[in-house]
Amino acid sequence: MKLTVNGGEHVVDAPVGTSLASLLRNELGLTGTKIACNEGHCGACTVQIDGVPTLSCITLAHSVRGEVTTIEGLRDHPLIEAFVRADAVQCGFCTPGQVVSAAALVAANPAPTADEIRHRMAGNICRCGTYPRIEEAILHWRD
Amino acid sequence: MARLIRTEKEVEGRFEEVWLVVEEDPLTQWPAGPLTLVGRDATRQDAPERVRGEARFTADIQLPGMLHTAVLRSPHAHARVQRIDFTKALALPGVRAALGPGEAKGLEEEAGFAGAPVAAVAADTFEQAQAALAAVEIEWEQLEVVLDPEEAVARELFTAPSARYARGDFERALAEADVVVEGTYRTSVVLHNSMETHQAVCEWVGETLNVYISTQYIWGVRDAVAKELGMPGDKVRVVCEYMGGGFGSKNGPDEYTFVAAELAKRTGRPVRCALTRREENTAAGNRNATLQRLTVGAKSDGTIVALGGEFVNAVGWSGWSAMTEGPTQMLYACENVRTVRHGAKINTPPMKAFRAPGFVEGTFSLECLIDELAEKLELDPLELRRRNYADSNDGTPFSSKNLMQCYELAQKHWDRRDEVRARSTDTWKHGVGMASQIWFGGGGPPSYAWIRATSDGRFTVVTAMQDIGTGTRTAMALIAAEELGVPLDRVEVVLGDSARGPYATLSAGSSTTPSVGPAVRAAAADAKRQILEIAAQRYDTEERVLDIKDGIVISADGNVSTPLESLLEILGDAQILGKGGRGPNPTGMSVLTFGVQVVEVAVDVETGEIRVERVAAAHDVGRIINALGARSQVEGGIIQGIGHTLSEQRLMDPETGRILTTTLDAYRMPTIADVPEIVCEFVDAPDEHLTNLGSKGLGEPPIVPLAAAIANAIRDATGADVHELPISREEMLRALDAAKKKEKRGAPAAV
Repeated sequence: MKLTVNGGEHVVDAPVGTSLASLLRNELGLTGTKIACNEGHCGACTVQIDGVPTLSCITLAHSVRGEVTTIEGLRDHPLIEAFVRADAVQCGFCTPGQVVSAAALVAANPAPTADEIRHRMAGNICRCGTYPRIEEAILHWRD
Repeated sequence: MARLIRTEKEVEGRFEEVWLVVEEDPLTQWPAGPLTLVGRDATRQDAPERVRGEARFTADIQLPGMLHTAVLRSPHAHARVQRIDFTKALALPGVRAALGPGEAKGLEEEAGFAGAPVAAVAADTFEQAQAALAAVEIEWEQLEVVLDPEEAVARELFTAPSARYARGDFERALAEADVVVEGTYRTSVVLHNSMETHQAVCEWVGETLNVYISTQYIWGVRDAVAKELGMPGDKVRVVCEYMGGGFGSKNGPDEYTFVAAELAKRTGRPVRCALTRREENTAAGNRNATLQRLTVGAKSDGTIVALGGEFVNAVGWSGWSAMTEGPTQMLYACENVRTVRHGAKINTPPMKAFRAPGFVEGTFSLECLIDELAEKLELDPLELRRRNYADSNDGTPFSSKNLMQCYELAQKHWDRRDEVRARSTDTWKHGVGMASQIWFGGGGPPSYAWIRATSDGRFTVVTAMQDIGTGTRTAMALIAAEELGVPLDRVEVVLGDSARGPYATLSAGSSTTPSVGPAVRAAAADAKRQILEIAAQRYDTEERVLDIKDGIVISADGNVSTPLESLLEILGDAQILGKGGRGPNPTGMSVLTFGVQVVEVAVDVETGEIRVERVAAAHDVGRIINALGARSQVEGGIIQGIGHTLSEQRLMDPETGRILTTTLDAYRMPTIADVPEIVCEFVDAPDEHLTNLGSKGLGEPPIVPLAAAIANAIRDATGADVHELPISREEMLRALDAAKKKEKRGAPAAV
């Protein structure tokens, strides 16, 4: 199968039934996409498909038609520095997924309100509880 | 110089008397308050790689030829394996090896809970290993199941002897009290659910076992694995550079490590053994449920004269019985105290330490009871607490205690009561509650650090500690840079590898910073002394007039002012090596942390919905190292506390003992939408008796008082007494109904 990831095209051999998350991590070595629950409940595996936040652990790799953007494709995004500055990271296991969701949010709405952030980011669980800092990072992502 | 002492060592509220070789700690403490770097805001040194997804967690380790493991777990709460046959499983595609009961530590013939590990299969892929599990033939002998902790207590099925404590004459004091309040409190099982599940990757290289593991204690894993396998400790190398959360559940190696090590040995290949999220919810440990019956007796002026309680920890099949009675014994001045604590051994998943084990549960009960006493005495709850302020821990002086200053910081938040209550409507009732916090967090020896200075004027701190996400790496860099007198970006910290640094303690019990921090400062001081010796010779001046400030070597007479890198250039390939060790804790003193939280809630009395709207926290943990990181810790603890107070509920089938909530959909942890306004303040006063830093730990304190403060705010808002965690809507409506029937007087907002 063919897959476009972070602007590059990949030809990969993967059994039918392989999840996008597993393919990204195990075949392409893109381990920035984390698997924390592997059943679509926590958001750690969030990637964008044509800009839309998508849970890659419950997305079949063979069903992907659009362009995939992972955290590796967002390493120069201003949100990275905003997260660092706001201390919006503790253990960091959920953080790449948070950044991918946030990048989709600010692409659609560059000046989200706190309520909009809380609504759009509610699918990304952080057990360390960095939420207030994530909210701050997204509110001030362009500073 | 090292010396030998006999001392009491504390971890998570458990004490043991031990011989310890400790280093002298001759450095005087820095002056109080924020310094050049220490005590101010610093972003994490490892934040960029964690945020960018470059940090390599155990979950990301992919070794050539690595096999994957699936673990066979008991579907029964108590059963014994009668027969197990791997023949069909081993014949399946990709399957390489299997282990049965007794073939690796942790795989037991007798399964004591539903989810207990009994066997494991390794295969080329995890899916193949899982498929093979279904082909394992196994026959069980069902054994008697005990799930009710009270039945276990009645039958004396305990994990350890019951702990009895008494001071004064509780019965007599109670009889002489003007007011007596009793309460029965229940807390439920809480799951850690770290984002990275428990896992290890093991590989044998010659006779050395490399263990990559998501752990809070690399050195502890090294020793436990070496002991189990009968190997020298230095033949086991444990690595954990980035770690995806633990909260107390990853203090030891557990079955997945031994399984991976044994399967790696048998197959000659690296082996990963990682728990799935569903296994994490059944078998990876939990904060145990408790049942607590408390009694307080007081004089009409509010003086508490008697405090007592019976505490039942529903420990489970394994784990330890935490000090749930601790707050009752320690938080208030009371001459007559009597407690008994039982650890019930039942056929439920194991207890593991979880962020202030015992004290979270015991503070909920005690601080709710104190508020009920205040209501009965018609006293301001904060004033009642001030009147019963403890000046010692059962006669032992505190090394430092600034709880009164915490109360002062909290006063302005407490004074919002009338304003908050006035927001109440017919259905939404608003109120304010508070609770105090006491917990350990002093750390202790031993822990060591080395510092290497190189000719480019840069420094590397080397220590075999770990940063589990709390920011300890950055705290160590701040301490070293402050002592050395150099900018923060000149200091790197190398950690997370037992073969590449000296011993450092575990990241639990709020102990990393107070244990390793003083060792890092001592190492930095040693390195700085050597640098100034060289500078004195180089600039032909006296060492005592020299100092390093902001990376510049300066002399008091102004004759020397040279960038450090210019001086150290003369080193060439030579290096300066500083070393430091953690000195002893003060003898004859209780080292404890303190705090108070004031919570504002809104309760919908028709539906039982509870909203936490604001939490103000004031904590006393000695000197603050990183002000930004400290605020993040407090926020995280509060948010985790909101989870176990309101929404997180692990459900178990009361007939079979099987866990019903095994997903993050069913077990509801807080999301960003559940976060209140959080205000956080620190006393930031160094503990003058504790090490060269005067710092205590902060990981655990913020989660301790929150549940009680929420429950007390609910009482303030509605008049309802909540005695159970979590406070589900069902529990809230039951409490509101009971309050109505009681027709309580003085319920401020509901009337």
